[in-house]
Amino acid sequence: MSRGRLGAWVAVGLGAVYFLAPLVATFEFSLRMRRGEYSFDAYRAVFASGDFQSAFLYSAALALATIAVVAAIVVPTAYFVRLRLPRLAGIVEFITLLPLVIPAIVLVFGFIRLYGSSSILPLTATSLGADALLMFGYVGLGLPYMYRAVDTALQAIDARTLTEAAQSQGAGPVRILIEIILPNIRSGLLSGAFLTFAIVIGEFTMASLLDRPAFGPYLQRIGASRAYEPSALAIMAFALTWACLGLIQLVGGAPSAAAKR
Amino acid sequence: MTFLELEGVRKAFGAAAVVKDFSLAVERGEFLTFLGPSGCGKTTILRMIAGFEAPTAGAIRIAGRDVTHLSASRRAIGMVFQAYALFPNMTVERNIGFGLKVAGKPAAEIAARVAEMLALIKLPDLAHRYPHQLSGGQQQRVSLARALAPNPQILLLDEPLSALDARIRVALREEIRALQRRLGVTTIFVTHDQEEALSISDRIVVMNEGAIEQAGTPSDIYNRPKTRFVASFVGTLNMLDGGVVDPASGVIRLGGTTIFARAPIAGATAGDKRTVALRPEALRLGLAGDGDNALNVVVEDVSFLGAVVRLKVRHGDESLHVDTFNVGAAAPPRQGETVTVAFSRDDVIVVDVD
Repeated sequence: MSRGRLGAWVAVGLGAVYFLAPLVATFEFSLRMRRGEYSFDAYRAVFASGDFQSAFLYSAALALATIAVVAAIVVPTAYFVRLRLPRLAGIVEFITLLPLVIPAIVLVFGFIRLYGSSSILPLTATSLGADALLMFGYVGLGLPYMYRAVDTALQAIDARTLTEAAQSQGAGPVRILIEIILPNIRSGLLSGAFLTFAIVIGEFTMASLLDRPAFGPYLQRIGASRAYEPSALAIMAFALTWACLGLIQLVGGAPSAAAKR
Repeated sequence: MTFLELEGVRKAFGAAAVVKDFSLAVERGEFLTFLGPSGCGKTTILRMIAGFEAPTAGAIRIAGRDVTHLSASRRAIGMVFQAYALFPNMTVERNIGFGLKVAGKPAAEIAARVAEMLALIKLPDLAHRYPHQLSGGQQQRVSLARALAPNPQILLLDEPLSALDARIRVALREEIRALQRRLGVTTIFVTHDQEEALSISDRIVVMNEGAIEQAGTPSDIYNRPKTRFVASFVGTLNMLDGGVVDPASGVIRLGGTTIFARAPIAGATAGDKRTVALRPEALRLGLAGDGDNALNVVVEDVSFLGAVVRLKVRHGDESLHVDTFNVGAAAPPRQGETVTVAFSRDDVIVVDVD
């Protein structure tokens, strides 16, 4: 083995230890709930908890709603910008990047100010209104990921030429979007959806300040009051995120027709 | 009878006019080619006919109906793209049947038409393949079938052969021409390849900088170019600077030699400068026959190109090419040798000096 190759393996090994050691330590600690032996008691306790189930289901439902809304906003926007308004691409891209540079805490205080109980549209006054407000906040957080994923997919399929080909066959814009564009950007759309799901499931700041029973605040509460369950939850959250990333790879890496054009 | 008419069509992007006052009439069933270099506006005109771009000024009429502002989806025009543009999520048969489905045709009718189209493009076994499972030539055939399936009033082909390799390109262009003759569909073909244009078209429109340089049959364009641009763009030409001696008799002075054109030189007076264009294949080695022109030249280089031997010769300060058939019995002249090159008056093309 050459010296350069050995160096590369050492670097990879050190990196792996740096990232894996805390993970292994957390996993090992999560198995120590039963005194003197390893067990999955901490995981059992988490799954048995009604709070866990309700918080997870609440965040999952919110994530699905967020994905639906962000996709409904992003897909037509990215499509028409690419097709008809390419000069606006830079501006739209800048807008979609804003949630990455504006901290969530600033966003949520802005929301409370705008939609608080004394405002014209007092969304925080009702539970449903606060849920909707949180969901729209998450739409903002998911925007950069969804827009980039969809726009890249549109670029890969040459949306303009496909649209013109469909137009010359007599198709109108709605049919083109549904029958031609959407099926061919499926992998990009799903990538954006899984990333959005992973972000929403773990989000703490907005849910906490809007006082919603989401998974992020639940994780924080458990972390503050229990010993072994937080480690089990950390491992589960980690597995969930990797499952989402794995699904992106699976869907994005599948031999789709568009990819082989 | 005029089927497609473009009247004073202009297209500007900002301050830059890409197409300038373009007028053209296309007959029903005609195969017309827009030929020109990149950026000459040929694709922009095609896209305006298709309805993908709106003209800045002027009118487009199909069968007497003004379609200038009609949307692309309502023009009943079939289009074949350079990049095939097959729908990647659909099989070959769904691609071909897409336009018929959009038109609301019954499933049985769609199936029959798709089968007919697949037979026409000679790919009946590939109905269930996806575009990525086809070669470039097959994809372009499917694209052609898709464009023809709904019986379009006009077929537009935007450099459809550019992405294919040379052998497939030649075969497919012959197929396109045969199909067009069989179906009688009015067709407009865009290319920058002169050989393609000359071999396939009823009429060629040579374009430069957004305007028509010359429109005519392939023979007209090749043998009787009207401008220096057309002369230089279509085929290989020797361009020699000449001075008009007697315009009425077509007499021109080339260096120290007097030659004769076949006809009076229109719009010229004695002493005017003109460019004399001569095709390499119109020149022959040997003494001039009755009424022919002759130039004494010095051989600078000899290249064997298989069936043809190309000579580079010098006449005064100017060099020109001479193409002769490679006849085994007659050895070509040697480098440095002085020879006579003869050519007919009919082969003298006189064009303006830019």
